[in-house]
Amino acid sequence: MRAPSGPEIAVGDVLLSVESVSLSFGGVKAVSDVSFDIRKGEIRAIIGPNGAGKTSMLNIINGFYHPQQGRIIFKGKARSKMRPHEAAHGGIARTFQNVALFRGMTALDNIMAGRALKMRTSFFWQLFRYGPAMREEVEHRHRVEEIIDFLKIQEIRRVPVGRLPYGLQKRVELGRALAMEPELLLLDEPMAGMNLEEKEDMSRFVLDVNDYYGTTIALIEHDMGVVMDLSDRVVVLDHGIKIADGTPTEVKNNQAVVDAYLGVAH
Amino acid sequence: MAPNVAELAETFPKLLMRNAYLYGSRPAMRHKDLGIWQTWTWTQVLEIVSAYAVGLHRLGVKRGETVAIVGGNRPKLYWSVTAVQMLGAIPVPVYADAVADELAYVLAHADVRFAAVEDQEQIDKIQSVLKRVPKLELMVYDEKRGLRDYDHSRLRSMDDVIDDGRKALTGDPPVGAWLDAEIAAGKGSDPSIILYTSGTTGASKGVVLSSERSIRAAADTVAFDKLTANDVALAYLPLAWVGDHYLNYAQGMVSGFCMACPESPDTAMTDLREIGPSFYFAPPRTLELLLTRVMIRMEDAGFIKRKLFHYFIGVARQYGERILNGEPVPLKGRLLYGIGNFLVYGPLKNVLGFSRVRVAYTAGEAIGPDLFNFYRSIGLNLKQLYGQTEAFLYVTAQPDGEIYSDTVGPACPNVDIRIAENGEVQFKSPGMFTGYFKDDAKTAEAMTPDGYVKTGDAGFFDEKTGHLKIIDRAKDVGRLNDGTLFPPKYIENKLKFYPNIREAVALGDKCEFVCVMLNIDLTAVGSWAERNNVVYASYQELAGHPLVYDMIEKHVAEVNHSLAADMIMAGAQIKRFLILHKELDADDGELTRTQKVRRGFIADRYVPLIKALYDGSEEADISTEVTFEDGRKGVISARVKIRDMKTEPAPAMGKAA
Repeated sequence: MRAPSGPEIAVGDVLLSVESVSLSFGGVKAVSDVSFDIRKGEIRAIIGPNGAGKTSMLNIINGFYHPQQGRIIFKGKARSKMRPHEAAHGGIARTFQNVALFRGMTALDNIMAGRALKMRTSFFWQLFRYGPAMREEVEHRHRVEEIIDFLKIQEIRRVPVGRLPYGLQKRVELGRALAMEPELLLLDEPMAGMNLEEKEDMSRFVLDVNDYYGTTIALIEHDMGVVMDLSDRVVVLDHGIKIADGTPTEVKNNQAVVDAYLGVAH
Repeated sequence: MAPNVAELAETFPKLLMRNAYLYGSRPAMRHKDLGIWQTWTWTQVLEIVSAYAVGLHRLGVKRGETVAIVGGNRPKLYWSVTAVQMLGAIPVPVYADAVADELAYVLAHADVRFAAVEDQEQIDKIQSVLKRVPKLELMVYDEKRGLRDYDHSRLRSMDDVIDDGRKALTGDPPVGAWLDAEIAAGKGSDPSIILYTSGTTGASKGVVLSSERSIRAAADTVAFDKLTANDVALAYLPLAWVGDHYLNYAQGMVSGFCMACPESPDTAMTDLREIGPSFYFAPPRTLELLLTRVMIRMEDAGFIKRKLFHYFIGVARQYGERILNGEPVPLKGRLLYGIGNFLVYGPLKNVLGFSRVRVAYTAGEAIGPDLFNFYRSIGLNLKQLYGQTEAFLYVTAQPDGEIYSDTVGPACPNVDIRIAENGEVQFKSPGMFTGYFKDDAKTAEAMTPDGYVKTGDAGFFDEKTGHLKIIDRAKDVGRLNDGTLFPPKYIENKLKFYPNIREAVALGDKCEFVCVMLNIDLTAVGSWAERNNVVYASYQELAGHPLVYDMIEKHVAEVNHSLAADMIMAGAQIKRFLILHKELDADDGELTRTQKVRRGFIADRYVPLIKALYDGSEEADISTEVTFEDGRKGVISARVKIRDMKTEPAPAMGKAA
């Protein structure tokens, strides 16, 4: 496996930091002057009421949006602009709020697609599945099978994902992100629309990913119970502004957060 | 070769050594791991199990003590069983899905000091009840995932134990000799395994089986079904269940066939197709599920395919069974069946993973004749057996060519069966248990003074075929006033095999004749109503419809016809029936949560209806309280019609004799 580029960062050190980032669409300020950091090995939650700018924040980290101001430092390298494929090569993977899989492809193929980034042999060899391409395919398949085993989705390996229930589609999507062997995994509402049991399963997988692969995770989530249980630190956004940052307990007792969620009597 | 060699080996570890010698390079075990089937030969298995046994010994496992095995069908758990047996200790398998409470009961009752468990889930479960299992000292686990941060003072990985044993074996020659002596010291009369019954009736009991009896029983059935080292079985039913231990473990050891473990419990169907077993067991419920799945997919298929399927299934129903039984069949039938086999049955069996199945069994509950005949008609040699844990499974089994959907076959080789005064089936068999663990009182209760085991099931031998028919639990069987045997469940099952009938309650104990109260199946009858332009607004209205009564009457008449064919059952034909105005419901207490009829409760609740059934009235009024899903209560009142049935004469005495 290829070592991710850039300097090694020890567990607990800052992996990514967002510095005074602002983003607006026309007159609408989606994110204004937000700064926070993500440390290696932690589970970092980004929460806030609807329209707080959470997904925009994720899209900025991911390189999908380019902030008008501020900069992002990832693995010690500062940049104001990054393209999604650069982010992917740099070791950032994500899942989406609305599942974004190849619906006609099987779960296995979807997760294999996550390995495309790691393929080394040329298109020509791949076309004939011969020689080095075959060896590479086998090696990647092995990694993918480990992920399938990890997520316990053996029974749906050959099922087109369009036919799967929502909870399993989410799991396949997580599998595809894991296939990239990311250093930083961005999860956009991984539990949205799930029932209690599915949420418990997914929480277990998120914790296992963090523990087993040592992956740093940034997640957006609405379910407060999940956030409080899973995350090491929480950053709270409201109307594009950071209103709190700290451990789950600190955040829970923060008056600004309570006001943002429950509304303030005027 | 197989029978006399089996006599030489009286314990499973000795059988393993024999197999490594006879079938050394043949596959003994397969397991799908990371998407690829891994194979171990008998030689490899012997090497691993030996190393494992030495490792366990070094951890302190001693002769005669019990070791719990908790988990699903995984090679290392099966090897745990053999490794424990090598040391002369007794494995006690526990169901993987047992809740913590049951687990605690079994572990404590069996006095285990050691447990071999599958994964984190089982370890968490056991640790949550650790207080109730004070004797437990150490657990060895197969799957290390999630256990990294656990306190390992009382945990070991199986791989480490095996490696440790292997180092001791290779580094120190006397260890090998010591292990050989340990294996040789194992006697056939020693307990080989303790299987805990599921405990549906009270606390579960530990059934102790000795190895010589287990092996003798397995040798009998291996010969009966001509199993050889070339056969393959998929071990997908619970490891702690007597069926799995017998069919796969014991028969596999005796015949040397290959046991395959599925990738995960949910992939069994796919794995079945990939492995293509030649020996297969499935409970009726699984077979029904498979058939339903096939039927649903066929309804979604294109027009031509659908027509083709239904036409050839019709052909199979007509000729398939007879061809399988080797009976004479007209040439046209053979030709059509041949084409059908090429176009439909072959591909269908391939999809289901039955292409190579030579012998298939079903047991556990009554199987509908339609379901049973369907599988036989497409060429699957499906047979029924009857048995229980105390017998080490087999009591009776159907021999090839003598298959009847309503019997469970004649006694197995060397099994002695008799019917007691009260109709209870009692047996003596080579594999019968030696007793319940730590419970002599219960053991004495289960045995007759002359050494037969009481099954608790009522049954009789069919005159025509000499096969055993199981009719009901002995305690549920009643008698009519004229002394005729009245087995309610037997009659109810016959009725319930009709898709239109959802539930049936048979009445008759201490009465003049037999009556039944029925529930129609709203889905089946509803779709019939749609096709026949019968308009209805509710269950109650449909249930009371004269056309529905006519249809059900035909079913009841057919049941009477089949009851009349049996001398013993002819007197228990149904004289009158009614269709209940509401569906029996667990919320109203009429069914148990597992959908079993609560006879006593229903008898109290429907007194006016039962009275009307026996006093000859044409109809009866009833109002019953019902509980809605949201907990509110309401009352349903109805006038229920009753129909009289003609009964058929019993077969003449002379003919039967």
